Order: sequence, then C-alpha cells, then structure tokens
Amino acid sequence: MAALINVPARAKRGDIIEIRTLTSHIMETGFRHTVAGALVPRDIITSFTCRYNGAEVFRADLFPAIAANPYLSFFTVAKESGKFEFEWIGDNGFSSTASASITVE
Amino acid sequence: MNAPVTRRNAVLGIAVAATSLATPSILHAQSAGRVVVVGGGFGGAACARALKRAGANLRVTLIEPNKVFTACPFSNEVIAGLRDIELQQFGYDKLASEGITVIGLAATKIEPQRRTVTTADGAELAYDRLVLSPGIDFHFEGLPGYDDAASEKMPHAWKAGAQTLLLRRQLEAMEDGGTVAIAVPANPSRCPPAPYERASLIAHYLKTRKPRSKVLILDAKDGFSQQRLFEKAWKELYGDMIERVALSQGGRVTSVDPATRTIVTEFGNYTPDVANVIPPQRAGRIAEIAGATDTTGWCPINPVTFESQLVKSLHVIGDACLGGGIPKSASAASSQGKACANAIIGMLAGRAVEAPRLTGVCYNTVAPGYGFSLAGNYQPRGDIFAEVEGGATSPVDAPRELRAREAAEAERWFQTITADTFG
Repeated sequence: MAALINVPARAKRGDIIEIRTLTSHIMETGFRHTVAGALVPRDIITSFTCRYNGAEVFRADLFPAIAANPYLSFFTVAKESGKFEFEWIGDNGFSSTASASITVE
Repeated sequence: MNAPVTRRNAVLGIAVAATSLATPSILHAQSAGRVVVVGGGFGGAACARALKRAGANLRVTLIEPNKVFTACPFSNEVIAGLRDIELQQFGYDKLASEGITVIGLAATKIEPQRRTVTTADGAELAYDRLVLSPGIDFHFEGLPGYDDAASEKMPHAWKAGAQTLLLRRQLEAMEDGGTVAIAVPANPSRCPPAPYERASLIAHYLKTRKPRSKVLILDAKDGFSQQRLFEKAWKELYGDMIERVALSQGGRVTSVDPATRTIVTEFGNYTPDVANVIPPQRAGRIAEIAGATDTTGWCPINPVTFESQLVKSLHVIGDACLGGGIPKSASAASSQGKACANAIIGMLAGRAVEAPRLTGVCYNTVAPGYGFSLAGNYQPRGDIFAEVEGGATSPVDAPRELRAREAAEAERWFQTITADTFG
C-alpha cells in the first residue's frame, strides 16, 4: 500500500468537498536510539501538496512529531471537473504521488 | 458513694466505655445502611452480594430490569454455533434468597441531592450510598447511519441476548463464498480482544461449514490486545480466511447504510453478506442521567473508593467507569464490585479505605480446544488504575497442549465467575 485517497467522484459546482489522504511511512523521528546506543537517523515526510487541475489548493509541512502513516484531511471547493494530484516528499529522496478525478456538475 | 476501684470494676468500666463508643457506630450503620445497586451484571451483582455478606444489617437493593441476565463472555461461541445461549443465562433468585431486594424494573431517574432513585413505575427509593454498574450504551452519534433499527439488519451482538442469536442466524443463512465483515471501534470499548475472538470463531464456523467464505475486520485501531497470539492462531488455523484492514490502512468505519448493508470506511465502501457492526460506546444511559459522565461519555472515579468525581454518595463500577489500564471485562467488573463493596462497608463504619489491588483475567478461545489468556493486576494511581507487576500473557510460541489446557481453563473460569456472581 502506497497511498490511500478519498475524493468524491461527483460533486455540484460550488460544493465544499472533503479530501482524505493517508500514506504509509515510518516517520522515524531521528531522536531514538538503538539498544546499542546508536542514533536512528531521521526519516520523515517533510512536505505534502495537493493540486487541483494544476493549481495548488493545499500544502502541509510535516515534522518529526507527526506519527507514522500520516493521515491528512482537508476541504476545498469543487469548481470544475478534472484531476487532483497529490505529492509527498521526504528525507532520503522519498517521493510519492497519487491522483484522483472528480466530475463537477 | 463511689466504689473503690478494683481490678473487677475497672474492667467493667472499660467494657462500658467500649460499648458507649461502639453504640453510635452501630446506630449509624443501621440508619445509614441503605445501599442501592443499579445494574445486575458481573459488577453490580458481585457488589450486591459482597455488601450483603459483609454487612448483614445493610439494606441492599438491586435494580435490574432484566429477569434473566445473558453473559457476554463465551457468547462468541454461541454466535459460532458451538454453544447454547441457555448456558449464558442466569437469574437473580439466589441473590433474593440471600436477603437482597431485587427490583425487576429499570432505574429512570437519580436525584443525587435528595439521594433517591426512581424506577420505571414511578416509585422512589432512598439510599445512603448508590452504586451504578450500568455497563455500556451505544454512542450512535459517533457512527452516522447506525441506530437500534439498523442493529436489526447489521447486528452489533455487543450486548448478549437477542442480538447474539440474530448474528448467528445471519451466519447460518449466508451462502458459501460470502463475506462476514466485523466493524471494530476505537478504545475505550467493552472487552477489547473480543472482536478478534469473534473473528476467529466465525472463521471456525465458516471453515467447517462454508469454506469458501471470508472474514473481514474493519478496524479503527492499529494494534490490539494479544495481537501476536491472535495473528499466529489465524495463520495456523484459518490460513488467509481472516483479512484485517487496520486504522492506518483506512479501516476506520465512518458511517453505515443499513438499507444497502454498506459499511463506509475512511477510504472505501464494503457491502458484505453479513455485517457485524460494533458501534462506539459510552457508559450506560443512567450514568449520564445521574450526571456522573464527563465529555468522554464515561464516568471519572476515585479508584480507591469508586466514588464518582462528579456526584456525591455515588459509586461507579464496571465498564461504565474510566478505569485507565484496567480493561472493561467481566472479570474486572466483578473485581471492582467486590472492592467497591468493601469501600462502602468501610465508609459506612467510618473507617479509612485501603487502596484495592484488582485482578482482571481474560480468556480468548479461537477454536474449540485452542485458547490463550491475559491476566493483569491493577492498582490506583492518580485518577485511574495502572497495571502493576504480576501479570502474565500466554506465550506466543507454545505447544497445542497448552492451548487446549487454556481452553479448558477458560470454561472453568466461566463456571466459577458466574457461580460467584449469581449463585
């Protein structure tokens, strides 16, 4: 499982819609030590972006205090039919994308 | 003329003094000895009996609308067709014969200022101490689409009785190749490992009768009690028959539609053939009426005496109280009922109450002859119970003989606790 997306398939123009995303990620804080005393290096997602037909509608910066498998839910206004694109970027070159389409009537 | 003090009358004097000291407390116990217990489950019935045993002059009343109590532990075996429901049912005759006044009505109102309980027939009972052991009610606002009507189509079977049998009938009516979904709420909820025991025993039923079928757990939690033991047993006994979608895989159920038997999770829709929906829970309704619940829907208590933090002269035990580390189980409720009785006896006699040490034991049967257990000890710490040393969980790697022995022990535990509670 990479990412889970929940975007309504259909909406009326002007509707406020909820978008939910969940991506699997360890979100290792960088503050923990192994039994042997070595620091476990930080490995987190640092940024999340959502674009609606190319225009950014939501962005979030993520930090070590955020738990594993970050779940983000936010709202936007359904303006036109098209595509939502999601992107997660993180430590060690982590990058993941997903998309979902919507029909606006 | 005063008699000279001799050894003999000095002793008499001491005896008289002792009597004069003792007398007020006896009078006190007689006038302040009315204890009303609301709810006749494992907590309430155990508490009422312990009160009556410890204080023969106490007037103990148990208010419980059901003539017959149907126990939840082992009810998953009833669902799976392994046990008759009659074995789960107990009456209150023994309690009545011990001098407990049993009122077969629901409590509808509590007035803490006047210290009265009103029953469904409008009668009022005065109390000196009140014990609420109302168990759980469902928090329907927490699961849009679900209510009492929906539970007739998508049974919760989380209060044993008619719901248990309804779920069993639905399983029996399902065709081979069907899917049974179990929606599991977040904690706190009644008997945390029970959804997984249920999944196991339903898988046993399906494996023996409808082997092409599946069990799907839609879970609002990531981890759960005795998870490694369950997962090992599932693999060993049922292969891939049980599938679990955890919280971080989108398993949390957000709404249901009983008309189409649809379960909606945060990231998907499911239309199983049998939908066992266990809704979020809160303390039994009467606790809220009494004003003993906080914003969590549960009852904050003083864990030494079980007195409500919100209402005077009122104690809350069992599933309804905010217990912290102690699980909402029959065993814990029984243990709390006895400790609460002890605290009340002490308080009525004007003695200080010692912090109780409670035990809770929980057996899980995942197939006939395959069981494991968790036992814990708990002591008050701040406003809750914290687990203390001495607990034990069955080993993850163990021979089948141990699993068989624990399954037999589970049966004996049930016989013991029900005899202890109901006679």
